[in-house]
Amino acid sequence: MMAATTTLLRLLGSRALNRLASLGRASLMWLTAISGKPRRGDLGLLGRQIHTIGVLSLVIIVLSAFSIGAVIALQFYTQLARFGAEDAVGLGLALVLLRELGPVVTALLFAGRAGSAITAEIGLMKSTEQLSSMEMMGVDPLHRIVAPRLWAGLLCLPMLTAIFNVVAIYGGMVVAVQWLGSDAGGFWSGMQDTVEVWEDVGKGMIKSVVFALVVTWIAVFQGYDTEPTAEGIGLSTTRTVVMSSVMVLAIDFLLTLGMYGDFR
Amino acid sequence: MQMRTVEISVGAFVLAGILALVVLMVQVSGVALTADGESHIIYAEFDDVAGLRVRGKVSMAGVTIGRVAGIEVDPLYGRATVQLEIDDNGWPLPADTGARILTEGVLGARYVGLSPGADEEMLEDGDYISDTQGAMVLENLIGDLITRLGAS
Repeated sequence: MMAATTTLLRLLGSRALNRLASLGRASLMWLTAISGKPRRGDLGLLGRQIHTIGVLSLVIIVLSAFSIGAVIALQFYTQLARFGAEDAVGLGLALVLLRELGPVVTALLFAGRAGSAITAEIGLMKSTEQLSSMEMMGVDPLHRIVAPRLWAGLLCLPMLTAIFNVVAIYGGMVVAVQWLGSDAGGFWSGMQDTVEVWEDVGKGMIKSVVFALVVTWIAVFQGYDTEPTAEGIGLSTTRTVVMSSVMVLAIDFLLTLGMYGDFR
Repeated sequence: MQMRTVEISVGAFVLAGILALVVLMVQVSGVALTADGESHIIYAEFDDVAGLRVRGKVSMAGVTIGRVAGIEVDPLYGRATVQLEIDDNGWPLPADTGARILTEGVLGARYVGLSPGADEEMLEDGDYISDTQGAMVLENLIGDLITRLGAS
């Protein structure tokens, strides 16, 4: 009995210590990568990462944005039309997108599309020992591989979010105004009267910067810390998507609470 | 050649991102980039502004001529001072212009409705509107009704 309890405690303790150690490794990796001095040729590396992370994610972002905007407008319209308040479709759509759906859905899509790719790529580099050979050649992999991806993610996600919001609002407009025949003037003016630059657009963008930080950090670290086997890479890739999604949703709740939670 | 397409696509992406932000600010939240003419600031004191918000509409005869720029309370007298920003299309206003707080539709947003008087003198920047009528608060109306019914 006593022995079993001790084993259990030891197991729990070592688990907790492992978690703590990996958080420490992740933080150190992040700090070293982000604080590296910029060198010549860094812009080229960053550009290529923005291409793979941002530009290639554009298609999925635009397509999902359009259909999400259209669906929200459709639902809002059918419900609001019962009260004769079709003009509120525009402002409802804009507020929902700018404050919540835009940053969150973009971050989730980003985690699935770009985050998993980052993890798999770095994971494969590690398991084929490209990272260690780089070190041997005197090239710092944190600076050459990790840092450009972190910065590119941090730059791309907010931009993708802004594009997502715009496309979704236009998608909603196509449904509400062109298709269902609600008034274009009411759609835009209701939106413009209610939406505020800092309160809605600005805070949504801050959310998306935080999500970018979290998702790229998780993606890069999972790849960098992967077990160098085929199975390990698969596991890390899955973990990236699961962990980023859960973190994004949890952090979104906390951010919303802090930003809009004026419930006194 | 390969590098060049990457550069072009990254440039286009960054441009699209910045453009999207500008659209969000101008088209969605309605910030005027070009200040069309100057605006004029006047003040109005109300008993009650319940439900009025900053950036709410200021209109005359149903036409928007400005917006609410600020709302402050005077704790000594229990009155609210509303700062109104009037555009050029609604300027000048006669000195005896009246201000009322109205509601759009039944459940709509509160806004300030101005009705011009007949004075030959005009309001100047920073003047106060004296003829005001505050917001109708449903609870007060019901309270009045109950006391009147009780009295009769």
